[in-house]
Amino acid sequence: MEILTMSLKNLRDRIHRRELSAAEATTQFLTQIEKWNPRLNAYITVNERALDQARAIDRKLATGEDVGPLAGVPMAIKDMLCTKDLRTTAGSKILADFVPPYSATVVERLENSGAITLGKTNQDEFAMGSSSETSYFGVSRNPWDLDRVPGGSSGGSAAAVAGGLACASIGTDTGGSIRQPASFCGVVGIKPTYGRVSRYGIVAYASSLDQAGPMTRTVEDSALVLEAIAGRDPRDSTTAAQPVPTWSQNINKDLKGLKVGLPKEYFLDLLTPETRSAVDKAIAQVRAAGAETVEVSLPLTDIAVSIYYLVATSEASSNLARYDGVRYGHRADFSTEPARDLAEFYCRTRGEGFGSEVKRRIILGTYALSSGYYDAYYKKACQVRRLLRAQFLEVFSKCQVILGPVCIAPAFKIGERISDPLAMYLNDIFTTSANLVGIPGMSVPGGFSAQGLPIGVQLLSAHFQEQHLFNVGAVIEEAMAIKELPNVLQ
Amino acid sequence: MSYNDWEAVIGLEIHAQLLTASKIFSSDSAHFGGADNEHTHPVSLGMPGTLPVLNELAVEYSAKTGLALNCKIRKKSVFARKNYFYPDLPKGYQISQYDEPLCEAGFVDYFLDGEIRRVGITRAHMEEDAGKSVHQGGFTLINLNRAGVPLLEIVSEPDMKTPQEAAEYARTVRKILRYLNVCDGNLEEGSMRCDCNVSVRKKGEKKFGTKVELKNINSFRFVEKAIEYEIHRQIDCLETGEKIQQETRLYDPTKNRTVTMRLKEEAHDYRYFPDPDLLPLVVDDAWLAKLKSSLPELPLARAQRFQTEYQVPAYDSFVLTTEKAQADFFEEVAHLSKNPKAASNWIMTDLLRDLNDAKLEIEKSPVAAADLAQLILLIDSKEISGKMAKDVFAEMFKTSKGPQEIVKSKGMSQITDSSAIEKLVDEVLAANANSVNDYRAGKTKLFGFFVGQVMKASKGQANPESVNQILQAKLKG
Repeated sequence: MEILTMSLKNLRDRIHRRELSAAEATTQFLTQIEKWNPRLNAYITVNERALDQARAIDRKLATGEDVGPLAGVPMAIKDMLCTKDLRTTAGSKILADFVPPYSATVVERLENSGAITLGKTNQDEFAMGSSSETSYFGVSRNPWDLDRVPGGSSGGSAAAVAGGLACASIGTDTGGSIRQPASFCGVVGIKPTYGRVSRYGIVAYASSLDQAGPMTRTVEDSALVLEAIAGRDPRDSTTAAQPVPTWSQNINKDLKGLKVGLPKEYFLDLLTPETRSAVDKAIAQVRAAGAETVEVSLPLTDIAVSIYYLVATSEASSNLARYDGVRYGHRADFSTEPARDLAEFYCRTRGEGFGSEVKRRIILGTYALSSGYYDAYYKKACQVRRLLRAQFLEVFSKCQVILGPVCIAPAFKIGERISDPLAMYLNDIFTTSANLVGIPGMSVPGGFSAQGLPIGVQLLSAHFQEQHLFNVGAVIEEAMAIKELPNVLQ
Repeated sequence: MSYNDWEAVIGLEIHAQLLTASKIFSSDSAHFGGADNEHTHPVSLGMPGTLPVLNELAVEYSAKTGLALNCKIRKKSVFARKNYFYPDLPKGYQISQYDEPLCEAGFVDYFLDGEIRRVGITRAHMEEDAGKSVHQGGFTLINLNRAGVPLLEIVSEPDMKTPQEAAEYARTVRKILRYLNVCDGNLEEGSMRCDCNVSVRKKGEKKFGTKVELKNINSFRFVEKAIEYEIHRQIDCLETGEKIQQETRLYDPTKNRTVTMRLKEEAHDYRYFPDPDLLPLVVDDAWLAKLKSSLPELPLARAQRFQTEYQVPAYDSFVLTTEKAQADFFEEVAHLSKNPKAASNWIMTDLLRDLNDAKLEIEKSPVAAADLAQLILLIDSKEISGKMAKDVFAEMFKTSKGPQEIVKSKGMSQITDSSAIEKLVDEVLAANANSVNDYRAGKTKLFGFFVGQVMKASKGQANPESVNQILQAKLKG
């Protein structure tokens, strides 16, 4: 049990010192998956070759070969990331049997770092959702309360780490899809600066917003994983040439001289009292560590969600056009009833292959890009997006870190909001701005509700200033590190 | 009313496939041919999560062409997605340039009917080609080798009025592309494609008529014929009171007519928006300046220089500069022979005719430029006559041998020794005494006859000028 809750750094060091074999660690996680995945549904696909990978690492360690910085660490990968020869579904029926002939750059880098791929985690279909309920493969459950959602879209990745089904995982975040489930499941999750991490081989939802990032038990672990996956990739033109610092070795919990901004728009009456008190506690901690807090203002916060849903759905309507049943993926069965024309071929294939949330967003985005509406919707959204960016840059001239809630409330019950898309979309009010502006954001556990549900605190910093997030995050987690598995799973 | 009461307005959209080794957004081979779907890796197939990375050489070729078309090159241009569903379009969108293209506002000068004419270039933008659909029985087969091959789309202003102008403009663009070595300009293989926008209006009318787009035109001759057919079709329609439908029509070369492909109502809303996977393309001044200085002399400038530097007639100068290799060939012959006029004449009349008969490009000419120059030198130094030279040339074309070798081996060298020629003249005059008398009595037309007889006696080897001189002297008697 100890291994399942061990930090990545500890586990890695013990494997490296050969106090523990990678195979043994992997076996423990696979056993936990076998035991709990039927209930949690955190994984869509378990990697049958995981143990072979672990043994290969052990052999390298035995011969003193160079193993990477994540050698032997059993990790879970969100099913948005293509894994060579391992099914990649994006949580959708349309890719239910898709086995990519290539791996995402992130996956390649993890493997080159020695990480073990335990499997592919559940998610909202094409990352469109905040609860993991839109997955074709069924909802994932929150390990802290099996009746509740783990959040989304990276719900499976969060649940896997929280439930001891993986030492760490990779999620993707387009509007909060790493941070919100991290908050709901009591793990650390970071959405890096746009351009930090290659998007090559990651199923695209909204290209100008998508970023992959780590979900881990500790802040330091997130730094270690991000160091392994970040950096310029010639296969992704939008990756930045910025050098990748060794954040994990520079975590500084002395916050003297640091200014932490508290946007007044983030402290709404809407927040549940427990969320509010978790954030207040975090504020007290950062002050105690020497930081100065300043009130700042981000007046566009309330319309960021609207902007997000215009930009994201517009890009998605185009990104998802490739799923047409022609070259790969689901194709409707035309053997008994042939398609009358090309349009019917597409309609039946895509009609069967996509779930209703995906269809809703494709239709929204198609509408926003249509001639006659483009200026009023897509173009206007891009203009406001630039204003939002300017607003954040202005705020970052007054402070280095913004602190606030991740969500209005802790994890909600399965089925509670799925029929009300607008209520679901409002979940994203505090998280979408980071994606629209391109800045990094972190969710770090800040407390528990009376019902025992984790509550995350959100930290934001300026572009490429992830170190601030790791520093402040390390201070907040000190009082809140979750050392045990949730009661349900014990 | 007649056709003469109407005028046509014509604009062309030329798609040029750029001669890069790899595709515009991936490392897949861009070469023509190959086994079906051989040049397709995950990026070309539009597999999930794959991303485009811009081919730098494609940018260079496009900017070069833009400069040659006298365009302004945008410091910042943007790639946009053109969204539509089609089985041979792997991503469900084509990456193209929309409101911020690389090249804008240029012009092309071309030569037709003895004068230089100008066509405005609206824009030239970069985009990726789609794949190919082959309909076979009840199936459609897709070959994606071509998907992602770089294209430059050159859009002209509607500045042309006749089919001949359109065809000559297209030929000129092809000439430029080939001079730059950025496109092989093969209409048949589709490496260059011409879509023609045609409308007609009453002469004197300022407003444009409804335009029709013509596609599937795979030769310059068909550019002319398709437009001509379309102009007449539109005028016939209007004269019988019908309206022109805005539509796309396909040209059928076997029947020489155009048929409806799709009406405007069926046109797509392409939902263009900037491609978030690609950064804006930023071109820096130094790079552009370097590119500019690397441009070769372009066909028009070269033709004009041929006129002034070598006194080549205008028409000949344009023929000689049709292909860069041909112009190079001419200049080499002109320099080595120091006789540009003869060089031009030999190439225009003899070499091009024989190459054409043999279906050979000038690069494959059996007669080397240096050898043709040598032949001209032999004529100019009177070692052989012009008439002999024709035979020598034929032999050169057949065998690729040098002219001196041929002259020597056939004993063809010219007789310039005047005593030898005098002897021949004497013999001819002696054998034709009656004619000599007639000549001396005033029938001076007979002079040609005597020349012919002497040349015949010399087996064509006597120097004609010497024959003339000696004959004249002797006939004066």
